[in-house]
Amino acid sequence: MDYALQQLVNGLTLGMIYGLIAIGYTMVYGIIGMINFAHGDIFMVGAFVSLIGFLLLGLAGISFVPLALVLVLVFAMGFTALWGYTVERIAYRPLRGSFRLAPLISAIGMSIFLQNFVQVTQGARVKPMEPLVTGGLVLRSTGSIEVTISWMQILIIVTTLVMLTVFTLLIARTSLGRAMRACEQDRRMAALLGIDTDRTISLTFVIGAALAAVAGLMYLLYYGVIDFYIGFIAGIKAFTAAVLGGIGSLPGAVLGALLIGLIETFWSAYLSVQYKDVAAFSILAITLIFLPSGLLGRNEVEKV
Amino acid sequence: MLVVENVVAAYGAIVALKGVSLTVGRGEIVTLIGANGAGKSTLMMTICGSPAPKSGRILFDGEDITGLPTHVIMRRGIAQAPEGRRIFPRMTVYENLRMGAEVLEGRHFAEDLAFVCGLFPRLKERLAQRGGTLSGGEQQMLAIARALMMRPRLLLLDEPSLGLAPMVVRQIFAAIRDLNRDRGLTVLLVEQNAYHALRLAHRGYVLVNGTITMQGTGAELLARPEVRAAYLEGGRAQDAR
Repeated sequence: MDYALQQLVNGLTLGMIYGLIAIGYTMVYGIIGMINFAHGDIFMVGAFVSLIGFLLLGLAGISFVPLALVLVLVFAMGFTALWGYTVERIAYRPLRGSFRLAPLISAIGMSIFLQNFVQVTQGARVKPMEPLVTGGLVLRSTGSIEVTISWMQILIIVTTLVMLTVFTLLIARTSLGRAMRACEQDRRMAALLGIDTDRTISLTFVIGAALAAVAGLMYLLYYGVIDFYIGFIAGIKAFTAAVLGGIGSLPGAVLGALLIGLIETFWSAYLSVQYKDVAAFSILAITLIFLPSGLLGRNEVEKV
Repeated sequence: MLVVENVVAAYGAIVALKGVSLTVGRGEIVTLIGANGAGKSTLMMTICGSPAPKSGRILFDGEDITGLPTHVIMRRGIAQAPEGRRIFPRMTVYENLRMGAEVLEGRHFAEDLAFVCGLFPRLKERLAQRGGTLSGGEQQMLAIARALMMRPRLLLLDEPSLGLAPMVVRQIFAAIRDLNRDRGLTVLLVEQNAYHALRLAHRGYVLVNGTITMQGTGAELLARPEVRAAYLEGGRAQDAR
């Protein structure tokens, strides 16, 4: 029982990280109907930018941890958002109005490019980082097993919840959020109402990339090791989460991500760590076959 | 106010407009009638820059707007209630109207909301409802109201009567007439229901296969035998139903 509780804590933490990435997939799909296969690599870039940020702060002699975390968060979000913007601008926008597969192929190309770019510029070896936040809370302690939630896990869960709240308010309440939803539902009509749809699409990529950067930072802090390849697996799992939740649905992406995080963690704990990726990808296959519109996917009646 | 000169427009290889010229003066209601596929909707969309004309010029308030991006054209004071209404289905009526006010960044929103709710009281009852759940007539009212929220100087209306019950059509046409008379709103109206449209409009144009074949005041066109034969007998029959 306690063991399961511990796995629940671990699974939720992992799910939160996937959730931040999954939002980027689902948002871009919603607005331009393409799967941005380079999004996982944007997450990887976010992790590298975070690491570089910590090194720069180390050089500058800033050692107060909360300050360092905030500075790196802002730096990583800003810099990664710029990457997201650039990728959209050079690899996807010129192909708008082209046939449907063109931007997908371009996205895969962009993914390969980003991986190789980081490999060449940062080296292929894994990059470790000293744990920055240590210790934790003991939730229950009975007999041989302690259920703990580390400060790191609390940090991840709280940061993610804050990000999700801000993001939800942005979509629901602001002018930009309305414009994004309008573009998602009828891009041509949005333009007829004076909305600069290209700008709205760019900002969608920017926001998605900024959230992926948060995930990248969390990943770096949580696992303490990154390399140029982490974006591929994490990206596909977040994509699975988005599909499971119903691609295009924002709450669905978060729900799907939490489920994927939990399934993966419980699978590793009770069955086999080696096959944890198989578990996640089996869910992708099963969802696509039996529930193509996902858990919270759209299935509503619209009068014409 | 609006001058369209020799505009040629195409969707891919299909040429939909073959050199169309027309003008809409300030404070006028001008109607464009023609059969299905004559290019009426294409002209409306071309004025809004989507698709951009292949050749020819479009002037609005004396300024050349040819080839400008759609959102820039709309921000100059043109609004369109397009064919098929294009309501945002998963937004509430309120949010749909708020989208209309985006060009003004929400200025005058409360005032304009009260105005369109006065014009179409049905919308007021449905503000919290999703656009996709409205009836056809309500959606059409919403489409016009949303366009009015932009405070346009020129309103483009594409087939506002399509598929609606005669009573709703009368209500919508009365609203257009009042807006023109009381607020001086300039209107370019595309209609298949030629009888209603010509009676409402100051002037009209007949579009056949991408070319303007006739023009004149509403009364003149109504009296032309070719117009009667081609558009009115059917239109009246439709009206009588």
